Amino acid sequence: MRKTLLQGLLNRPLTEPPPLLDDAELAVLATQLDAAARRRLGRGLSIREVDAGSCNGCELEINALNNAFYDLERYGLRFVASPRHADVLLVTGPVAKNMREALRRTWLATPDPKWVVAAGDCAVDGGLFADSYACLGPVSQVIPVDLRIPGCPPSPVQLLCGLLKLLIPAP
Amino acid sequence: MAPLHALHALGQPVAAHRPWPRSRIGAEVWGRIGSELAAGRLDLIGLWGEPAAVHVAVMDHGEPPGIGVFSLDCPDGAFPSIGRVHPPAIRLERTAQDLFGLRAAGLPDQRAWLDHGAWGVAAPLAEPARAASAAAEYAFLPVEGEDLHEIPVGPVHAGIIEPGHFRFTADGETVVRLEERLGYTHKGQESLLQGASIGHAARLAGRVSGDSTVAYADAFARAVEAALQVDVPARALALRALMGELERIANHLGDFGAICNDAAFALMLAHCAILRELVLRAAGGCFGHRLMMDRIVPGGVTADLGADGEARLRALLTEIRLRLPPLVALYGNTASLQNRTIATGAISPDMVRQFAAGGFVGRASGRAFDARKALAYPPYDRLDFDVPALREGDVNARVLIRLAEIGQSLRLIDQLLGTLPAGPILVELPGADSAIHEGMAITEAFRGDVLAWLRIGTDGRIARCHLRDASWFQWPLLEVAVYGNIVADFPLCNKSFNCSYSGHDL
Repeated sequence: MRKTLLQGLLNRPLTEPPPLLDDAELAVLATQLDAAARRRLGRGLSIREVDAGSCNGCELEINALNNAFYDLERYGLRFVASPRHADVLLVTGPVAKNMREALRRTWLATPDPKWVVAAGDCAVDGGLFADSYACLGPVSQVIPVDLRIPGCPPSPVQLLCGLLKLLIPAP
Repeated sequence: MAPLHALHALGQPVAAHRPWPRSRIGAEVWGRIGSELAAGRLDLIGLWGEPAAVHVAVMDHGEPPGIGVFSLDCPDGAFPSIGRVHPPAIRLERTAQDLFGLRAAGLPDQRAWLDHGAWGVAAPLAEPARAASAAAEYAFLPVEGEDLHEIPVGPVHAGIIEPGHFRFTADGETVVRLEERLGYTHKGQESLLQGASIGHAARLAGRVSGDSTVAYADAFARAVEAALQVDVPARALALRALMGELERIANHLGDFGAICNDAAFALMLAHCAILRELVLRAAGGCFGHRLMMDRIVPGGVTADLGADGEARLRALLTEIRLRLPPLVALYGNTASLQNRTIATGAISPDMVRQFAAGGFVGRASGRAFDARKALAYPPYDRLDFDVPALREGDVNARVLIRLAEIGQSLRLIDQLLGTLPAGPILVELPGADSAIHEGMAITEAFRGDVLAWLRIGTDGRIARCHLRDASWFQWPLLEVAVYGNIVADFPLCNKSFNCSYSGHDL
């Protein structure tokens, strides 16, 4: 164990520089965000992830955000265990009808101000499951969505770009 | 005579079913299959419905194991329950009731399973579907006794994981019962597959359980190829295996780190997450998608491996071989970690045998079934690898099996890279020939065997498709594994199983 820890101290960090953001999307986003709320929250956002019926592919890539390469916490973004601690709900999946009530209650349990990010094609528009008797389709069918991150699943870099937009100060 | 042959002899063979036989049988033979399963002479590997029929897939203990599908017409919608005598069938029969409106006569547990009363329709796959009845409160099994308390958990869990509900009954800190309630991620997979083109259905199959997308796409593709009698190029088969082993390594690394993290040993998760990321980056670099989704299609694969890809995979193997052994040693040398994993969440070999549980759950409790070895589907028939097995059946054993399997997968990738055949990677499928074709395949995902069964209609589209995750026979065992353990060890037990919610909920 000592050797492993020592190597951790002596080796260069694996963490990579932040990805470049797309300016056009940024401008749209800035208008969506309430500058006052952002001032109150500072540069930190707590994220509660909610799987609303995904195939678990999105969860794998969201989990990857915590690894040393992406190190989400350096941006002040962190995953929390309860919606009551959260500023952001990161929702995946085509909202299985069996998850509708749980998603709605999770949203209600999240204190204002709050934002909802729909991550992955299923959460954005229902993906391959849009026409199923068992799915509601986009997350916006159930709760208001502030930001969409498409991809099947979105890569950690795409997720990171999306989440960082929540932190950019309004012009 | 082997029981399987005797049973087939009592039915009428279905001609267009490949590669294993399917027979139409009567209710009496159906009952005999139940007895054979209950007596442990056959293993249940699948049970699924159709609007007016029910199918059961079984496997015997021969070498290689014999596999067969038996079908019972149920014109009045009822079939005799197998779950009545063989508990592993119970949830499968509840599902057949929910989706097709069939009735499993004598099934001891008549509660709905995947149907939570939220679909706005009942029996969505019955013809015609039925009007929904008012949703009833789900009745958890009663628990009686002094000083017992209930702990409801989920469906939204505290981590970045899938949704499901766990109802614990605890006596102080000790779990005296866990009851699972699943179905929250039910997406209507089987209804979407029905009528889909083969290409679209392959994409759906690859999203039954994202962590096993390669294994699912492989199983689906092989079932189509069996049905249509298509020979896949040798290079495509080798590339499929390469992707399958990369998927297995990535998942086992992730699980190893996450299990240790659930025992509060975060260091291991940090290191394993780095290794896992390296595997996904290599997969993305070589095949164009980090999870390798949609790379396997019926007829072959869509992404070829170039010379630089081969070099990249070799470098990855070197990196894992360098960096994993110190972590494995650290696991073995850390008493506080072993204290949490050894003797925790144990399942007996008898239990695993009864449920025919596959993957590391089965192999950690003495059931050494691995579809790659037992069924030797190509290219595994020409590759040299071992199937590690233990008998302890605890969290530690499931960790050790995963670690041993990473080693075997590295060996397999070495061999695959060394013997990669040249040639095409994709053949065209034959067009619709106004005949019905049925196919079936079993592949080994990281968590166990995936079964794909399908029927291609006269229009060349998917008429019916059933995909069965290994989790169906592992979830019930988790309820057993936590019995007598403390509540705080549940995450550890659960992660050591790492069953798929989406794969199970369909």
